Amino acid sequence: MVSYVIRRLLQSALILLGVSLVTFILLYLIPADPARQIAGRSATAQTVENIREQLGLNLPFYEQYVRYLLNLLQGDLGRSYLQKTEVSELIAARLPATLLLMAGAIFCELLIGLTMGLVAALKRNTPTDTTLMVLSFTGVSSPQFVIGILLLYVFAVQLGWFPIGGYGTFMHLVLPSLTLGLLGAGWYARMMRSAMLDVLRQDFIRTARAKGLKRVQVLFGHAVPNALLPIIAMIGIDIGLFMSGIVVVESVFGWPGIGQLAWQAIQRVDIPIIMGVTLVSACAIVLGNFLADMVAPLIDPRIKLR
Amino acid sequence: MTQTPDLAAEIVLSVQDLKTEVATPDGAKTVVDGLSFDLRRGETLCIAGESGSGKSMTALSIMRLLPEPMARVASGSVRLGGRDLCQLGETEMCAIRGGDIAMIFQEPMTSLNPVLTIGRQLREAIFVHQDVSRREAEKRALETLEAVRLSEPKRRLKQYPHELSGGMRQRVMIAMALACNPKVLIADEPTTALDVTIQAQILQLIRDLQRDFGTAVILITHDMGVVAEMADRVVVMNQGKIVEHGAVSEVFERPKDAYTRELLDAVPKLGAMTGQDAVISAAGAGPEPVLEVKDLTVRFDLRGGILDRVVSRVHAVEGVSFSLRAGETLGLVGESGCGKSTIGKALMNLVPWEGSIRVAGRPIPHGRGEADRLFRRDLQMIFQDPYASLDPRMRVGDLVGEPLVIHGLAKGRELRDRVASLFERVGLTPDQMDRHPHEFSGGQRQRICIARALALSPKAIIADESVSALDVSVQAQVLDLLQELQKELDLSFLFISHDMAVVEQVSHRVAVMYLGQIVEVGTRRQVFENPRHPYTQRLMEAVPIPDPARRRDVFKVPIGDIPSPVRALGESVERVRYVDVGDRHLVAEPA
Repeated sequence: MVSYVIRRLLQSALILLGVSLVTFILLYLIPADPARQIAGRSATAQTVENIREQLGLNLPFYEQYVRYLLNLLQGDLGRSYLQKTEVSELIAARLPATLLLMAGAIFCELLIGLTMGLVAALKRNTPTDTTLMVLSFTGVSSPQFVIGILLLYVFAVQLGWFPIGGYGTFMHLVLPSLTLGLLGAGWYARMMRSAMLDVLRQDFIRTARAKGLKRVQVLFGHAVPNALLPIIAMIGIDIGLFMSGIVVVESVFGWPGIGQLAWQAIQRVDIPIIMGVTLVSACAIVLGNFLADMVAPLIDPRIKLR
Repeated sequence: MTQTPDLAAEIVLSVQDLKTEVATPDGAKTVVDGLSFDLRRGETLCIAGESGSGKSMTALSIMRLLPEPMARVASGSVRLGGRDLCQLGETEMCAIRGGDIAMIFQEPMTSLNPVLTIGRQLREAIFVHQDVSRREAEKRALETLEAVRLSEPKRRLKQYPHELSGGMRQRVMIAMALACNPKVLIADEPTTALDVTIQAQILQLIRDLQRDFGTAVILITHDMGVVAEMADRVVVMNQGKIVEHGAVSEVFERPKDAYTRELLDAVPKLGAMTGQDAVISAAGAGPEPVLEVKDLTVRFDLRGGILDRVVSRVHAVEGVSFSLRAGETLGLVGESGCGKSTIGKALMNLVPWEGSIRVAGRPIPHGRGEADRLFRRDLQMIFQDPYASLDPRMRVGDLVGEPLVIHGLAKGRELRDRVASLFERVGLTPDQMDRHPHEFSGGQRQRICIARALALSPKAIIADESVSALDVSVQAQVLDLLQELQKELDLSFLFISHDMAVVEQVSHRVAVMYLGQIVEVGTRRQVFENPRHPYTQRLMEAVPIPDPARRRDVFKVPIGDIPSPVRALGESVERVRYVDVGDRHLVAEPA
């Protein structure tokens, strides 16, 4: 167990190193000049050159990267080119909002997805099943900005049930979470349906019925715990999918999280912020998968971490 | 135990004109047709039949566990204590299931919920029918585990199913079934998935519990040996109908129905070959063995730790040596986990091995490659499961011809002709070549597998449990085919099987394996008529004999499982030494 955790942590460090290298290369290759951005259009060539030197942008690629890594090891993500603030501070200020949104989204997708999947499995090959699966497919295939704007228009603008945007109360959280969660809900509905159908065919379900257990007891005591096993692994992977959705959803709802921060930084080629947000996202994905793997043996005793 | 059923005993379950239908795309199909029987207190009724006879459907119909709405009881009645179970609602049925009628199933490996502890699953069975406290339920659970003679019952309560062996899991299933003292126990092929010594233990257990609690037992089985050992009365089913019904001795001694007679004739009987020498008919049998294995060793590494290093090893096969002459069949018997299948895989180069394997005098190279491919022509394999070993999307003609294509031996017109003649050789017709595997029955598929194995005209064929998945009548036909081919082509067989009776029927020589080593080897007569190693004797003792007159009152088998072949690094397995007890009948010295 301990050796497993250590091995996983070492692997995680390698993954993060790889992510940092790839991101750094991509940002180095983009045909935009951060120094020119900072200096502004009217600045002289000399000023631009000075800024370039000041930021170390004139150094060869590997030297820039090594410098960045050494700073990173000391917990220094660098300073924003334009806002002149520590990147770590910027991220820290916005991370809670994003985490809250993600928690809301996971809750939504599990609640909606698992319920839909469960009902569809029990009503297999009936109109209910078909309707639910069409809905789930719609959820999976609709772009999030469309869902977001649609929800916003219906529930905030027309019905006025929820605020149009912003951050602060529970009501603010509902629509963004729903928008971010609907995509996953579609996936979970389909996964849960097939997992349930698979489990309900198993011999031990027949055993449970032969014992005289009632339908509800068989369902929630025996079938659901087994059907959840593949879902757990999926949640870990999901956190990675969220990261792309968050940029869109935060923009649509004006949610002050790291998604918006990243979006603004990309438009202004604020490289330290882009690097910082990418690394934090990568950490979240690695951590999500790690947690999912750690939780799995608690639910399935056959899984041994070694 | 062999006394005639006590006709005065109270009837606990009465089935009248039971008819069960399954919905198919072509309309309703009747799988149980007009079934009637009475079950008396304390008696054992065996329902015997081959696959598709409707025997399992009968059990599910009584329990009302049919996969509705695809299958349903169409008419008839099942009366238990004055009530007709077919008329009861689901809620009332829940009280009957597990309370009055309990059931155990064929597959102990999959019949327990993998994510719940044994204790939880046992307690649950008790809570459903009895209003007791958690503590009392716990106590009752422990008592039932003790009643089924499971070792270390206290510890088992906290364990999960995957930590238990198949035999132990079946004991748990029985404990669960008996937790509420049911009037009727339905056992659907309860020992089919188990090794023969474990089967003997479980059968003995069912008998003992039945005697102690007076439970009436419906035992569903395809194994006429089990029927002869266990039944008071027998119902023989074929295609949903009862073809014969009577006391066990009558059915075995004077079967009235033609199907019953055929079924009984097809059953391989241990000891049937007593007194007959196995003669190798190969005309061109030279002194050179076709296959010679020396010191074959296969070990699998188990890894662990931070660096994923090897921490222990499974000693699957340890220094096994044997040889096989042209036209000879060597039977390799043993129970699951003894390494017999691993030997087959090593011979086919499917697992890494050490030692030396010579085919027709030439050593087989380790690993894959061009040299290895040449050997494949001389050595072919037929696997156990004819359903899983044929690619479902290929035409069977292509499957049979594939070895010829891979080895570049034939193509076009010639290929088709050769495949056609192979089809005829194994009793199929060439016009079946363009069909897909799902259009064939189990026996036909095994014929296709045999044709594929024959395509390269091998010298020896490894048959790994090749008839185990087949019904006895089909099994007999396939065995006949193998023996015919042997006579005709001077083929050698390495016949790997757990079934002692089948091995006796086909083998010239027999090797008995235990924990990765051969413990006894000799001619068929030496091993079967004069078994010398205690393990061989135990195996023979455990095999059920399909003759009620020879029924044993007690199976003399020790309780427990075979020890594990996993050893720590550096720990070696002691190799057995053989004593020749006469005429090359080798027996391992007792440790």
